[in-house]
Amino acid sequence: MSEFWSGGYAYTAAAVLVVIGLYAILLKRNLVKKLIGLNILQAAIIITWVAAASRPDATVPVLDTHGNGAGRLPAVAEYLNPLPHTLMLTAIVVGVATTGVALALLISIHRRYGTLDETELLRKMRDAPG
Amino acid sequence: MREYYHDRIVALSTRLMAPFIQIFALYVIFHGHYSPGGGFQGGALLAASFLLMRLSIGTDAAQLQFRRSWGTPGSSIGTLIFLGIGMFGLLFGAGYLDYAGIPIGLTAPDLRSLGILVVEIGVAVAVAATLTAIYDDLVGDQPEDHHPGLEHDATATEEADQVESPAAASRQDPGATDE
Amino acid sequence: MRRIALAALIAFAGLILYGVSHLPARGGADSPPNTRVSAAGTPNAAAYYVENAYKDAATPNMVTVTLADYRSFDTLGETVVIFAAGLACALILRRERR
Repeated sequence: MSEFWSGGYAYTAAAVLVVIGLYAILLKRNLVKKLIGLNILQAAIIITWVAAASRPDATVPVLDTHGNGAGRLPAVAEYLNPLPHTLMLTAIVVGVATTGVALALLISIHRRYGTLDETELLRKMRDAPG
Repeated sequence: MREYYHDRIVALSTRLMAPFIQIFALYVIFHGHYSPGGGFQGGALLAASFLLMRLSIGTDAAQLQFRRSWGTPGSSIGTLIFLGIGMFGLLFGAGYLDYAGIPIGLTAPDLRSLGILVVEIGVAVAVAATLTAIYDDLVGDQPEDHHPGLEHDATATEEADQVESPAAASRQDPGATDE
Repeated sequence: MRRIALAALIAFAGLILYGVSHLPARGGADSPPNTRVSAAGTPNAAAYYVENAYKDAATPNMVTVTLADYRSFDTLGETVVIFAAGLACALILRRERR
Protein backbone atom coordinates (compact mmCIF):
# COMPACT_ATOMS: atom_id res chain seq x y z
CA MET A 1 0.00 0.00 0.00
CA SER A 2 2.90 2.35 0.66
CA GLU A 3 4.00 1.71 -2.91
CA PHE A 4 0.67 3.18 -4.00
CA TRP A 5 1.19 6.45 -2.17
CA SER A 6 4.84 6.72 -3.11
CA GLY A 7 4.36 6.47 -6.82
CA GLY A 8 1.63 4.23 -8.05
CA TYR A 9 -1.24 6.66 -7.51
CA ALA A 10 -0.44 8.42 -10.81
CA TYR A 11 -1.77 5.59 -12.93
CA THR A 12 -4.88 5.21 -10.80
CA ALA A 13 -5.61 8.94 -10.98
CA ALA A 14 -5.21 8.84 -14.75
CA ALA A 15 -7.55 5.85 -14.94
CA VAL A 16 -10.17 7.75 -12.92
CA LEU A 17 -9.85 10.67 -15.36
CA VAL A 18 -10.31 8.26 -18.27
CA VAL A 19 -13.55 7.01 -16.72
CA ILE A 20 -14.75 10.59 -16.12
CA GLY A 21 -13.98 11.52 -19.71
CA LEU A 22 -15.78 8.47 -21.05
CA TYR A 23 -18.76 9.25 -18.82
CA ALA A 24 -18.99 12.72 -20.32
CA ILE A 25 -18.72 11.41 -23.88
CA LEU A 26 -21.30 8.66 -23.47
CA LEU A 27 -23.88 9.98 -21.09
CA LYS A 28 -24.10 13.74 -21.52
CA ARG A 29 -26.58 15.06 -24.05
CA ASN A 30 -25.03 18.41 -24.88
CA LEU A 31 -22.46 18.28 -27.66
CA VAL A 32 -20.14 20.79 -25.99
CA LYS A 33 -20.02 18.64 -22.87
CA LYS A 34 -19.08 15.63 -24.99
CA LEU A 35 -16.23 17.67 -26.45
CA ILE A 36 -15.01 18.58 -22.98
CA GLY A 37 -15.12 14.87 -22.08
CA LEU A 38 -12.89 14.18 -25.07
CA ASN A 39 -10.40 16.74 -23.77
CA ILE A 40 -10.44 15.18 -20.29
CA LEU A 41 -9.72 11.78 -21.83
CA GLN A 42 -6.81 13.23 -23.77
CA ALA A 43 -5.40 14.86 -20.64
CA ALA A 44 -5.57 11.53 -18.80
CA ILE A 45 -3.62 9.75 -21.51
CA ILE A 46 -0.96 12.47 -21.51
CA ILE A 47 -0.61 12.21 -17.72
CA THR A 48 -0.15 8.45 -18.03
CA TRP A 49 2.62 8.75 -20.59
CA VAL A 50 4.50 11.49 -18.74
CA ALA A 51 4.20 9.61 -15.45
CA ALA A 52 5.67 6.52 -17.07
CA ALA A 53 8.78 8.50 -17.99
CA SER A 54 9.91 9.05 -14.44
CA ARG A 55 12.99 7.56 -12.83
CA PRO A 56 14.00 7.53 -9.18
CA ASP A 57 16.24 10.52 -8.28
CA ALA A 58 16.42 11.73 -11.86
CA THR A 59 16.38 15.30 -13.09
CA VAL A 60 14.93 17.13 -16.09
CA PRO A 61 16.34 15.89 -19.42
CA VAL A 62 18.44 19.01 -19.99
CA LEU A 63 22.16 18.41 -19.89
CA ASP A 64 24.01 20.42 -17.28
CA THR A 65 26.98 21.80 -19.22
CA HIS A 66 28.10 24.50 -16.79
CA GLY A 67 27.44 23.07 -13.36
CA ASN A 68 28.41 19.82 -11.75
CA GLY A 69 27.96 17.73 -14.86
CA ALA A 70 30.30 19.64 -17.13
CA GLY A 71 32.60 17.49 -19.17
CA ARG A 72 31.02 14.20 -18.14
CA LEU A 73 29.12 11.90 -20.40
CA PRO A 74 25.43 11.84 -19.43
CA ALA A 75 24.54 8.82 -17.35
CA VAL A 76 21.23 7.35 -18.39
CA ALA A 77 20.07 6.82 -14.82
CA GLU A 78 20.45 10.52 -13.95
CA TYR A 79 18.04 11.92 -16.51
CA LEU A 80 14.37 11.34 -17.11
CA ASN A 81 13.30 9.48 -20.17
CA PRO A 82 12.96 12.17 -22.87
CA LEU A 83 10.98 10.14 -25.37
CA PRO A 84 7.48 10.27 -23.78
CA HIS A 85 7.86 14.02 -23.23
CA THR A 86 8.60 14.47 -26.92
CA LEU A 87 5.64 12.41 -28.06
CA MET A 88 3.28 14.14 -25.66
CA LEU A 89 4.32 17.59 -26.88
CA THR A 90 3.03 16.53 -30.26
CA ALA A 91 -0.12 15.09 -28.70
CA ILE A 92 -0.97 18.25 -26.78
CA VAL A 93 -0.71 20.54 -29.77
CA VAL A 94 -2.62 18.18 -32.03
CA GLY A 95 -5.32 17.98 -29.36
CA VAL A 96 -5.67 21.76 -29.33
CA ALA A 97 -5.99 21.87 -33.10
CA THR A 98 -8.56 19.06 -33.07
CA THR A 99 -10.59 20.89 -30.43
CA GLY A 100 -10.58 23.95 -32.67
CA VAL A 101 -11.92 21.96 -35.61
CA ALA A 102 -14.53 20.30 -33.38
CA LEU A 103 -15.74 23.71 -32.17
CA ALA A 104 -15.99 24.87 -35.77
CA LEU A 105 -18.14 21.85 -36.55
CA LEU A 106 -20.35 22.58 -33.53
CA ILE A 107 -20.88 26.15 -34.69
CA SER A 108 -21.77 24.86 -38.14
CA ILE A 109 -24.26 22.37 -36.66
CA HIS A 110 -25.85 25.09 -34.57
CA ARG A 111 -26.21 27.32 -37.58
CA ARG A 112 -27.84 24.55 -39.56
CA TYR A 113 -30.15 22.95 -36.98
CA GLY A 114 -30.50 25.53 -34.24
CA THR A 115 -29.79 23.14 -31.38
CA LEU A 116 -26.84 21.45 -29.71
CA ASP A 117 -28.77 18.83 -27.80
CA GLU A 118 -28.16 15.28 -28.95
CA THR A 119 -31.72 13.90 -28.85
CA GLU A 120 -33.27 16.96 -30.48
CA LEU A 121 -30.56 16.93 -33.10
CA LEU A 122 -31.12 13.30 -33.97
CA ARG A 123 -34.86 13.91 -34.18
CA LYS A 124 -34.39 16.87 -36.51
CA MET A 125 -31.95 14.98 -38.68
CA ARG A 126 -34.34 12.05 -38.95
CA ASP A 127 -37.39 14.17 -39.72
CA ALA A 128 -35.87 16.51 -42.27
CA PRO A 129 -32.88 14.80 -43.86
CA GLY A 130 -30.35 16.74 -45.93
CA MET B 1 -7.74 54.45 -33.24
CA ARG B 2 -11.19 52.97 -33.03
CA GLU B 3 -12.41 52.83 -29.46
CA TYR B 4 -14.70 49.91 -28.97
CA TYR B 5 -13.61 48.78 -25.54
CA HIS B 6 -15.92 49.09 -22.65
CA ASP B 7 -13.38 49.35 -19.86
CA ARG B 8 -10.39 51.63 -20.21
CA ILE B 9 -8.43 50.02 -17.38
CA VAL B 10 -8.59 46.57 -18.93
CA ALA B 11 -7.52 47.96 -22.27
CA LEU B 12 -4.58 49.87 -20.84
CA SER B 13 -3.28 47.02 -18.72
CA THR B 14 -3.48 44.45 -21.51
CA ARG B 15 -1.80 46.84 -23.92
CA LEU B 16 1.05 47.11 -21.43
CA MET B 17 1.27 43.35 -20.87
CA ALA B 18 1.18 42.12 -24.45
CA PRO B 19 4.74 43.18 -25.49
CA PHE B 20 6.20 41.46 -22.43
CA ILE B 21 4.32 38.27 -23.24
CA GLN B 22 5.69 38.44 -26.75
CA ILE B 23 9.25 38.93 -25.55
CA PHE B 24 8.85 35.98 -23.22
CA ALA B 25 7.50 33.92 -26.11
CA LEU B 26 10.59 34.76 -28.18
CA TYR B 27 12.77 33.87 -25.21
CA VAL B 28 11.08 30.48 -24.90
CA ILE B 29 11.50 29.81 -28.65
CA PHE B 30 15.16 30.71 -28.82
CA HIS B 31 16.10 29.06 -25.53
CA GLY B 32 14.61 25.75 -26.56
CA HIS B 33 18.20 24.56 -26.82
CA TYR B 34 19.19 25.30 -23.26
CA SER B 35 16.08 24.99 -21.13
CA PRO B 36 12.63 23.45 -21.49
CA GLY B 37 10.90 25.24 -24.31
CA GLY B 38 11.02 25.21 -28.06
CA GLY B 39 8.76 25.92 -30.97
CA PHE B 40 5.39 24.70 -29.78
CA GLN B 41 5.48 26.33 -26.38
CA GLY B 42 6.71 29.66 -27.75
CA GLY B 43 4.16 29.61 -30.56
CA ALA B 44 1.34 29.04 -28.09
CA LEU B 45 2.56 31.97 -25.95
CA LEU B 46 2.73 34.21 -29.02
CA ALA B 47 -0.81 33.23 -29.95
CA ALA B 48 -1.86 33.95 -26.36
CA SER B 49 -0.59 37.53 -26.64
CA PHE B 50 -2.51 38.06 -29.87
CA LEU B 51 -5.67 36.59 -28.38
CA LEU B 52 -5.27 38.76 -25.28
CA MET B 53 -5.50 41.87 -27.40
CA ARG B 54 -8.43 40.49 -29.36
CA LEU B 55 -10.33 39.77 -26.19
CA SER B 56 -9.62 43.03 -24.43
CA ILE B 57 -9.95 45.73 -27.09
CA GLY B 58 -11.89 43.92 -29.77
CA THR B 59 -10.88 42.25 -33.01
CA ASP B 60 -11.11 45.41 -35.10
CA ALA B 61 -8.73 47.38 -32.92
CA ALA B 62 -6.37 44.41 -32.61
CA GLN B 63 -5.84 44.30 -36.38
CA LEU B 64 -2.96 46.71 -35.81
CA GLN B 65 -1.11 43.94 -34.02
CA PHE B 66 -1.88 40.84 -36.07
CA ARG B 67 -4.24 41.10 -38.99
CA ARG B 68 -7.00 38.63 -39.62
CA SER B 69 -5.65 38.00 -43.09
CA TRP B 70 -2.24 36.88 -41.82
CA GLY B 71 -3.51 33.74 -40.15
CA THR B 72 -3.60 31.20 -42.98
CA PRO B 73 -0.55 32.54 -44.86
CA GLY B 74 1.41 32.47 -41.59
CA SER B 75 0.72 28.78 -41.03
CA SER B 76 1.65 28.03 -44.64
CA ILE B 77 4.93 29.90 -44.25
CA GLY B 78 5.76 28.00 -41.06
CA THR B 79 5.11 24.62 -42.66
CA LEU B 80 7.10 25.62 -45.74
CA ILE B 81 10.08 26.62 -43.57
CA PHE B 82 10.09 23.12 -42.09
CA LEU B 83 9.76 21.42 -45.46
CA GLY B 84 12.33 23.73 -47.03
CA ILE B 85 15.01 22.94 -44.45
CA GLY B 86 14.41 19.28 -45.08
CA MET B 87 14.75 19.86 -48.79
CA PHE B 88 18.14 21.50 -48.23
CA GLY B 89 19.50 18.25 -46.89
CA LEU B 90 18.12 16.38 -49.87
CA LEU B 91 19.62 18.80 -52.40
CA PHE B 92 23.14 18.29 -51.11
CA GLY B 93 23.23 14.54 -51.11
CA ALA B 94 22.27 13.60 -47.57
CA GLY B 95 18.89 12.31 -46.44
CA TYR B 96 15.72 14.39 -46.12
CA LEU B 97 15.77 16.48 -42.92
CA ASP B 98 19.44 15.58 -42.38
CA TYR B 99 20.79 18.95 -41.34
CA ALA B 100 24.41 17.81 -41.47
CA GLY B 101 24.39 17.57 -45.26
CA ILE B 102 24.33 21.34 -45.86
CA PRO B 103 27.83 22.49 -46.91
CA ILE B 104 28.08 25.79 -45.03
CA GLY B 105 31.37 24.88 -43.42
CA LEU B 106 30.45 24.22 -39.80
CA THR B 107 30.98 20.90 -38.07
CA ALA B 108 28.14 18.42 -38.05
CA PRO B 109 26.92 19.01 -34.44
CA ASP B 110 26.82 22.78 -35.00
CA LEU B 111 24.95 22.29 -38.26
CA ARG B 112 22.38 20.15 -36.51
CA SER B 113 22.00 22.76 -33.78
CA LEU B 114 21.38 25.45 -36.40
CA GLY B 115 18.93 23.24 -38.24
CA ILE B 116 17.01 22.57 -35.04
CA LEU B 117 16.77 26.32 -34.38
CA VAL B 118 15.39 27.14 -37.84
CA VAL B 119 12.91 24.30 -37.64
CA GLU B 120 11.67 25.45 -34.24
CA ILE B 121 11.16 28.99 -35.56
CA GLY B 122 9.10 27.59 -38.44
CA VAL B 123 7.00 25.55 -36.05
CA ALA B 124 6.42 28.53 -33.77
CA VAL B 125 5.24 30.72 -36.65
CA ALA B 126 2.88 27.98 -37.85
CA VAL B 127 1.42 27.32 -34.40
CA ALA B 128 0.91 31.00 -33.53
CA ALA B 129 -0.72 31.83 -36.85
CA THR B 130 -2.97 28.76 -36.77
CA LEU B 131 -4.23 29.30 -33.23
CA THR B 132 -5.04 32.94 -33.99
CA ALA B 133 -6.71 31.96 -37.27
CA ILE B 134 -8.85 29.37 -35.48
CA TYR B 135 -10.00 32.01 -32.99
CA ASP B 136 -10.77 34.48 -35.77
CA ASP B 137 -12.81 31.90 -37.64
CA LEU B 138 -14.76 30.84 -34.59
CA VAL B 139 -15.60 34.34 -33.33
CA GLY B 140 -14.98 36.58 -36.32
CA ASP B 141 -18.51 36.85 -37.60
CA GLN B 142 -19.89 38.25 -34.39
CA PRO B 143 -20.47 42.00 -34.59
CA GLU B 144 -18.57 43.98 -32.02
CA ASP B 145 -20.85 45.38 -29.32
CA HIS B 146 -20.29 49.07 -29.43
CA HIS B 147 -20.15 51.23 -26.38
CA PRO B 148 -23.31 53.36 -26.63
CA GLY B 149 -21.56 56.68 -26.07
CA LEU B 150 -19.02 56.28 -28.88
CA GLU B 151 -21.07 56.33 -32.04
CA HIS B 152 -18.48 57.79 -34.38
CA ASP B 153 -15.38 55.88 -35.41
CA ALA B 154 -12.29 58.00 -35.01
CA THR B 155 -9.24 57.19 -37.06
CA ALA B 156 -6.67 59.23 -35.14
CA THR B 157 -5.98 59.23 -31.44
CA GLU B 158 -6.56 62.96 -30.98
CA GLU B 159 -9.89 62.74 -32.78
CA ALA B 160 -10.88 59.84 -30.57
CA ASP B 161 -10.22 61.84 -27.45
CA GLN B 162 -12.18 64.77 -28.82
CA VAL B 163 -15.10 62.59 -29.82
CA GLU B 164 -15.12 60.96 -26.38
CA SER B 165 -14.92 64.05 -24.19
CA PRO B 166 -18.08 65.90 -25.31
CA ALA B 167 -20.02 62.64 -25.07
CA ALA B 168 -18.52 61.96 -21.65
CA ALA B 169 -19.19 65.51 -20.52
CA SER B 170 -22.80 65.28 -21.58
CA ARG B 171 -23.14 61.90 -19.89
CA GLN B 172 -21.51 62.90 -16.65
CA ASP B 173 -24.15 65.29 -15.34
CA PRO B 174 -27.04 62.84 -15.15
CA GLY B 175 -24.55 60.07 -14.36
CA ALA B 176 -23.09 61.79 -11.30
CA THR B 177 -26.20 61.10 -9.29
CA ASP B 178 -25.99 57.36 -10.04
CA GLU B 179 -22.40 56.94 -8.85
CA MET C 1 -29.69 3.15 -24.79
CA ARG C 2 -28.48 5.18 -21.88
CA ARG C 3 -28.80 2.19 -19.57
CA ILE C 4 -26.65 0.08 -21.90
CA ALA C 5 -24.08 2.89 -22.05
CA LEU C 6 -24.05 3.20 -18.26
CA ALA C 7 -23.60 -0.54 -17.79
CA ALA C 8 -20.77 -0.63 -20.32
CA LEU C 9 -19.11 2.35 -18.62
CA ILE C 10 -19.22 0.69 -15.19
CA ALA C 11 -17.80 -2.52 -16.62
CA PHE C 12 -15.02 -0.59 -18.35
CA ALA C 13 -14.27 1.35 -15.18
CA GLY C 14 -13.86 -1.86 -13.22
CA LEU C 15 -11.65 -3.32 -15.90
CA ILE C 16 -9.36 -0.32 -16.18
CA LEU C 17 -8.94 0.12 -12.44
CA TYR C 18 -8.08 -3.58 -12.10
CA GLY C 19 -5.58 -3.35 -14.94
CA VAL C 20 -3.94 -0.18 -13.65
CA SER C 21 -3.29 -1.68 -10.25
CA HIS C 22 -1.26 -4.45 -11.86
CA LEU C 23 1.06 -2.24 -13.90
CA PRO C 24 4.78 -2.26 -13.01
CA ALA C 25 5.77 0.34 -10.47
CA ARG C 26 6.02 3.86 -11.85
CA GLY C 27 9.61 4.82 -12.43
CA GLY C 28 11.10 1.62 -11.15
CA ALA C 29 14.34 0.41 -12.67
CA ASP C 30 12.61 -2.60 -14.18
CA SER C 31 9.72 -0.76 -15.89
CA PRO C 32 9.90 -1.04 -19.68
CA PRO C 33 10.68 2.63 -20.48
CA ASN C 34 13.71 2.57 -18.22
CA THR C 35 15.52 -0.55 -19.38
CA ARG C 36 18.57 -0.48 -21.63
CA VAL C 37 17.41 -3.37 -23.78
CA SER C 38 13.75 -3.82 -24.53
CA ALA C 39 11.88 -7.04 -23.99
CA ALA C 40 12.33 -8.03 -27.63
CA GLY C 41 16.11 -7.78 -27.47
CA THR C 42 16.46 -4.48 -29.34
CA PRO C 43 18.33 -1.56 -27.73
CA ASN C 44 16.16 1.01 -26.02
CA ALA C 45 15.84 4.24 -28.00
CA ALA C 46 15.60 6.55 -24.98
CA ALA C 47 18.93 5.39 -23.55
CA TYR C 48 20.63 6.09 -26.87
CA TYR C 49 19.06 9.54 -27.10
CA VAL C 50 20.15 10.52 -23.58
CA GLU C 51 23.74 9.42 -24.16
CA ASN C 52 24.27 10.81 -27.65
CA ALA C 53 22.14 13.97 -27.83
CA TYR C 54 24.89 16.44 -26.88
CA LYS C 55 27.47 14.67 -28.99
CA ASP C 56 25.30 14.67 -32.11
CA ALA C 57 23.68 18.08 -31.97
CA ALA C 58 25.63 20.32 -29.52
CA THR C 59 22.37 21.09 -27.68
CA PRO C 60 21.89 20.49 -23.96
CA ASN C 61 18.12 20.00 -24.15
CA MET C 62 17.57 16.35 -25.00
CA VAL C 63 13.84 16.74 -25.58
CA THR C 64 14.40 19.35 -28.30
CA VAL C 65 17.06 17.22 -29.96
CA THR C 66 14.74 14.23 -29.95
CA LEU C 67 11.85 16.32 -31.23
CA ALA C 68 13.66 18.14 -34.02
CA ASP C 69 16.53 15.87 -35.00
CA TYR C 70 16.03 12.21 -34.13
CA ARG C 71 12.25 12.27 -34.58
CA SER C 72 11.89 15.20 -36.93
CA PHE C 73 9.50 13.34 -39.21
CA ASP C 74 6.96 13.18 -36.39
CA THR C 75 7.31 16.92 -35.86
CA LEU C 76 6.91 17.49 -39.59
CA GLY C 77 3.72 15.44 -39.58
CA GLU C 78 2.43 17.35 -36.60
CA THR C 79 3.08 20.73 -38.22
CA VAL C 80 1.16 19.56 -41.28
CA VAL C 81 -1.70 18.44 -38.98
CA ILE C 82 -1.83 21.88 -37.37
CA PHE C 83 -1.86 23.53 -40.77
CA ALA C 84 -4.64 21.19 -41.91
CA ALA C 85 -6.68 21.97 -38.78
CA GLY C 86 -6.39 25.71 -39.43
CA LEU C 87 -7.37 25.14 -43.03
CA ALA C 88 -10.35 22.96 -42.01
CA CYS C 89 -11.62 25.65 -39.63
CA ALA C 90 -11.35 28.24 -42.39
CA LEU C 91 -13.16 26.07 -44.88
CA ILE C 92 -15.98 25.17 -42.49
CA LEU C 93 -16.66 28.62 -41.14
CA ARG C 94 -15.73 31.25 -43.66
CA ARG C 95 -18.62 32.42 -45.74
CA GLU C 96 -18.32 34.13 -49.06
CA ARG C 97 -18.77 37.89 -48.88
CA ARG C 98 -21.38 38.70 -51.46
